[in-house]
Amino acid sequence: MSGVAPRPGDHHLAHTDEAKLFERLSRSNLVTTWKWYLGVGIAGAVLLWGVIVFMYMALTGMGVTGYNKPVFWGLYEASLVFWIGLSHSGTLISAILRLTHATWRAPVLRGAEAMTAFTLMVGGLIPIIHLGRNWRVYYALPYPSSRELWPNMRSPLMWDAMAITTYLIGSLTFLYVGMIPDLALLRDKSAGWRRKFYSALSLGFRGTHAQWRRYHVASTLFAILIIPIAVSVHSIVSWDFAMAKVPGWHSTIFAPYFVVGAIFSGIAGVVIVMAILRKAFRLESVLTPLHFDNLGKLLCTMTLLWGYFYFTEFLTVWYNRNPEEWEVFSSYAGPYLPLFLTMIVCNFVIPFPMLCLKRVRRSVSLILVPAISIVIGMYAERLLIVIPSLARRNDPFIWANYFPTWVEFSVMAGAAAMFVLLYMLFAKFFPIMAISDIKERLFHTTDRTIGGTTVESIARVEGEEEAHA
Amino acid sequence: MKHTWAMAIDLDRCTGCGACVVACNAENNIPVIGEAEAGKNRLMHWIRVNRYWEGEFPEAQAVYLPIPCMQCERAPCELVCPVYATYHNEDGLNAMVYNRCIGTRYCANNCPYSVRVFNWYDYKWEKPLDEQLSPDLTVRSRGVMEKCTFCIQRIRRAKETAAEEGREIRDGDVVPACVQTCPPGALLFGDLSDPHSEITRKLKDPRRFRLMEHLGTDPRVVYLKRQKGAGR
Repeated sequence: MSGVAPRPGDHHLAHTDEAKLFERLSRSNLVTTWKWYLGVGIAGAVLLWGVIVFMYMALTGMGVTGYNKPVFWGLYEASLVFWIGLSHSGTLISAILRLTHATWRAPVLRGAEAMTAFTLMVGGLIPIIHLGRNWRVYYALPYPSSRELWPNMRSPLMWDAMAITTYLIGSLTFLYVGMIPDLALLRDKSAGWRRKFYSALSLGFRGTHAQWRRYHVASTLFAILIIPIAVSVHSIVSWDFAMAKVPGWHSTIFAPYFVVGAIFSGIAGVVIVMAILRKAFRLESVLTPLHFDNLGKLLCTMTLLWGYFYFTEFLTVWYNRNPEEWEVFSSYAGPYLPLFLTMIVCNFVIPFPMLCLKRVRRSVSLILVPAISIVIGMYAERLLIVIPSLARRNDPFIWANYFPTWVEFSVMAGAAAMFVLLYMLFAKFFPIMAISDIKERLFHTTDRTIGGTTVESIARVEGEEEAHA
Repeated sequence: MKHTWAMAIDLDRCTGCGACVVACNAENNIPVIGEAEAGKNRLMHWIRVNRYWEGEFPEAQAVYLPIPCMQCERAPCELVCPVYATYHNEDGLNAMVYNRCIGTRYCANNCPYSVRVFNWYDYKWEKPLDEQLSPDLTVRSRGVMEKCTFCIQRIRRAKETAAEEGREIRDGDVVPACVQTCPPGALLFGDLSDPHSEITRKLKDPRRFRLMEHLGTDPRVVYLKRQKGAGR
């Protein structure tokens, strides 16, 4: 808090050098290092490889993958669930924390919202990638065509397409509206083509009283609206499976437990992204151990919830011994044992005890261990949901296992690279730190002396917009 | 006249010879994919003969169960297709429109009998094998689902012939390839709407049962249970 000498009772913004703060927060936009070019180059190359392999698969046929007769869905569909799951981070961090006035969210929210948007873009491509005839995907679009045929709205795949599209539009709008004051700030500080670029994007935002009031109303409304969408999206993704007559898939627990798993992996993803942003753009002063501590607490809760859901799912099948479902779960101890162990160890055994320790939560490098392990564990979980149920269908005569070939691995590596590339480009051209929200937080923060110590106190006036006048 | 096409499979008569599979392949332009692809569980057969073992060696006995498409009245595959590529036709059959299929493969996942097959590649019929392709059917391209149709081309032909001759279809006019071929006569095809047809009489047999009936799919393929005892 450099700049003007602090006076007791002043809010923190009053003795903050705003120009310096802006420079610190906008490092990603202002400085371009060779590492950024290298990262974009690598991500671009992997993405290109993924696209080439996808073209090869589309032109040759799905036979080049590892799919077979009972296992018609595999790595692609598991990855779809995984990517859509990751997208649930931004919504939780931004919307729920905004509504509950958790002010610590300010430095985390933009990065998390961007993650939502880009994971959805990647996840939304997979339903097209996995088609046998990708070039006919428009048959599933509801538009009046000469074929005079409407898509089959009874199909969970149609619900899925609509849910993902709605969520993508919603989260992009949420991301963009929240970014407008920061874009205006960038416009005021930049020159040349950047100034034109930001002028167009900031929609004439000048920071007048009326504009701030509308901005606050809009962002609160979006926050309220996006939560039911997020919950419904992963419920609907789960219904792609739960609605089917497939033992192991057909289960009422799927919807809530997919949502929990999604938020779980989403927060883990946010922790990883935040740690990378902190390091890459030198945001140590903004993204403090406090943020990782709070995210760690959320993760710890989700670990417990996830464990509980899995336990109840197993318990009912184990007690019931319905032979069809029992065969599916038995295969977890057979060919799918490595996946099963990965899931249990990475999702619960490693993260739960670690996240219980404050020392781990408050250390940026240590908290990466449970976060990365959860992302791996959740990928294993998704594979375990999709594959064994198909591999152990009702008829034992056709049972077969599945292992992906280099084709699926390449295409999905391309998908991951696409996410990295989009994120890097976003961080370069858009404010990755929510500057206005961070300033707002400083504005609300005052030092209070209680007894012998001075503590930060955050007070928020009802009718917040008045404060910005 | 509305038809209720159905198939009866007498498990007492089935010897597991596999002639039905071969006949089906020849009739319906089904590709032969070779050993390597078959090893990857990608057989394209529209009817398969499941073989289970009963008892332990040396008393083990093979049990055969031919499984074509069940032509379910309440078909799980139809519900989940996003583009209506598989639908219920006017005869109550599960019809498949290859041109409309986009290859989500959801129908195959949702079929409890796993009778749907997927075109993993564009399959080729090397000369002179292309001469045997039936002109009544399309050759399916890569990326679409297919399955047993109860030889719908034969049903259509029988209807046309009957219409030309100005009469109703008679029992025995429609014989799918598998039924025509079955050496021990384990398969029978006919119209359940016709109270005098052979299949209507045959299905009064108390041995009748349907596969996975508890799933509520209401299949049109009815099995007659294998008897145990002397002479069997």
